[in-house]
Amino acid sequence: MDISLKADGRERRIAVDPRTTLLDALRERLGIYAAKKGCDHGQCGACTILLDGKRVNSCLALAVAHDGAEIITAEGLAADGELHAMQRSFIEHDAFQCGYCTPGQIVSAVGMLSEAEAGWPSHVTRDVSAGETRLTDDEIRERMSGNLCRCGAYANIVSAIREAAEGGRFR
Amino acid sequence: MKPFRFDRAGDISGAVATLAREPDGEFLAGGTNLVDLMKVGVMEPDVLVDVRRLTSAEIEDLPDGGLRIGAAVTNSELAADRRVRSRYPVLSQALLAGASGQLRNLATTGGNLLQRTRCVYFYDTTTPCNKREPGTGCSALEGCNKDHAIFGASRHCVATHPSDMAVAMTALDAVVLVRGPGGERRIPVAELHRLPGDEPQRDTTLEHAELITAVDLPPLGFSSNSRYRKVRERASYAFALVSVAAALQVRDGTVHDVRIALGGVAHMPWRARKAEDALRGRPAGQESFRAAAEAELADAVPLRENSYKVPLAGNVITRTLLDLTGAP
Repeated sequence: MDISLKADGRERRIAVDPRTTLLDALRERLGIYAAKKGCDHGQCGACTILLDGKRVNSCLALAVAHDGAEIITAEGLAADGELHAMQRSFIEHDAFQCGYCTPGQIVSAVGMLSEAEAGWPSHVTRDVSAGETRLTDDEIRERMSGNLCRCGAYANIVSAIREAAEGGRFR
Repeated sequence: MKPFRFDRAGDISGAVATLAREPDGEFLAGGTNLVDLMKVGVMEPDVLVDVRRLTSAEIEDLPDGGLRIGAAVTNSELAADRRVRSRYPVLSQALLAGASGQLRNLATTGGNLLQRTRCVYFYDTTTPCNKREPGTGCSALEGCNKDHAIFGASRHCVATHPSDMAVAMTALDAVVLVRGPGGERRIPVAELHRLPGDEPQRDTTLEHAELITAVDLPPLGFSSNSRYRKVRERASYAFALVSVAAALQVRDGTVHDVRIALGGVAHMPWRARKAEDALRGRPAGQESFRAAAEAELADAVPLRENSYKVPLAGNVITRTLLDLTGAP
């Protein structure tokens, strides 16, 4: 089936088998390798992309069901060769070891900050009816629980996200 | 994955009519559970009818003070809705206790209700499972069954329903709106799921090609005093061992009204009506809460590895009700 996707800023038209996930379309058809295949079952978060602005697991989304969508991967976050603030923060905080989960962590963190800025609560938010959300380390850990890191770089991932968030409204 | 045909229906009636002609087809919404089940070969539909953009993605106020949630509203949008957070906090908390941020952004309200059990044998196509392959037997009955049901199971199936959201909706007396080949109908969410009996392959009371279009939350005067508590094996991103959704109304120190539903204990969200009946008119305190939990749990039939769920459920019910009285 023919579909079109705007992937990391470029309009692309491809013919895909209905079984193709967005992850496989990116990696096998569009030559975009930032989204990684970890578990391929929505459990590890290595394949996280921004789909029409929201972070999702690209391994569970069928490409044919998202015809016309706009996708941003960790590659697309870096505009004109300039690293995104979240990418710089991950480097400064040494927030990875092997690096395989890192593109998913970074995209997830960017999506997560937009959610927090929109006032979305989380499982550790004490009062969901309250309007304000303060992005504590506990909040960061809970909101990032869909991204696993088998090297265990979590401590530095939390600091990297905390610092990137401090550039926004979470001081 | 087995090949399938992908159908982009133009509207709800078209989608229902298409699936009605396809006995081995399925509706597709967010796909977070169905696509995974297709990858592992547990589900092998030959047609997928895409309904994600057909049903409403809005949450509307109803004239009676309730809310109508479109079936395509994502789990994250529903959890973040200001009206849900202030009027039905138990629902917001239940959604936030489930899955991960990424999954909640894809998963829909209709799809969440229809997700399948996470019983390990249901997922393992090398083992017998009556839900996956009727007549082959239940591997969990004498196997690893620490996660399984303590209420309403049968010798054919001891699986539990995995949804957190559905437990909160059951406590809130939500009503599911359905469109099928025979027209529209309304099903109380407590009657949407079923006990396994001798047909564990049927999770729900829906007929083939019936599509969930919306869920109505009726007004409940005291639903702002509600809470979801979930016990799981890690702090986040895991299914419930036991969970409880409760709403409590206390007048002059006495329980005036109460709603309690349990998750992780049965093939469907388990409305704890015996506990509710035992509580109305009783003093709002630890002793009555404990006694009510015990009244409900007297019917529990634990398996070899899950008898821990009985005292756990008792503690979680008691603690959640205490929280709702403001007790430390």
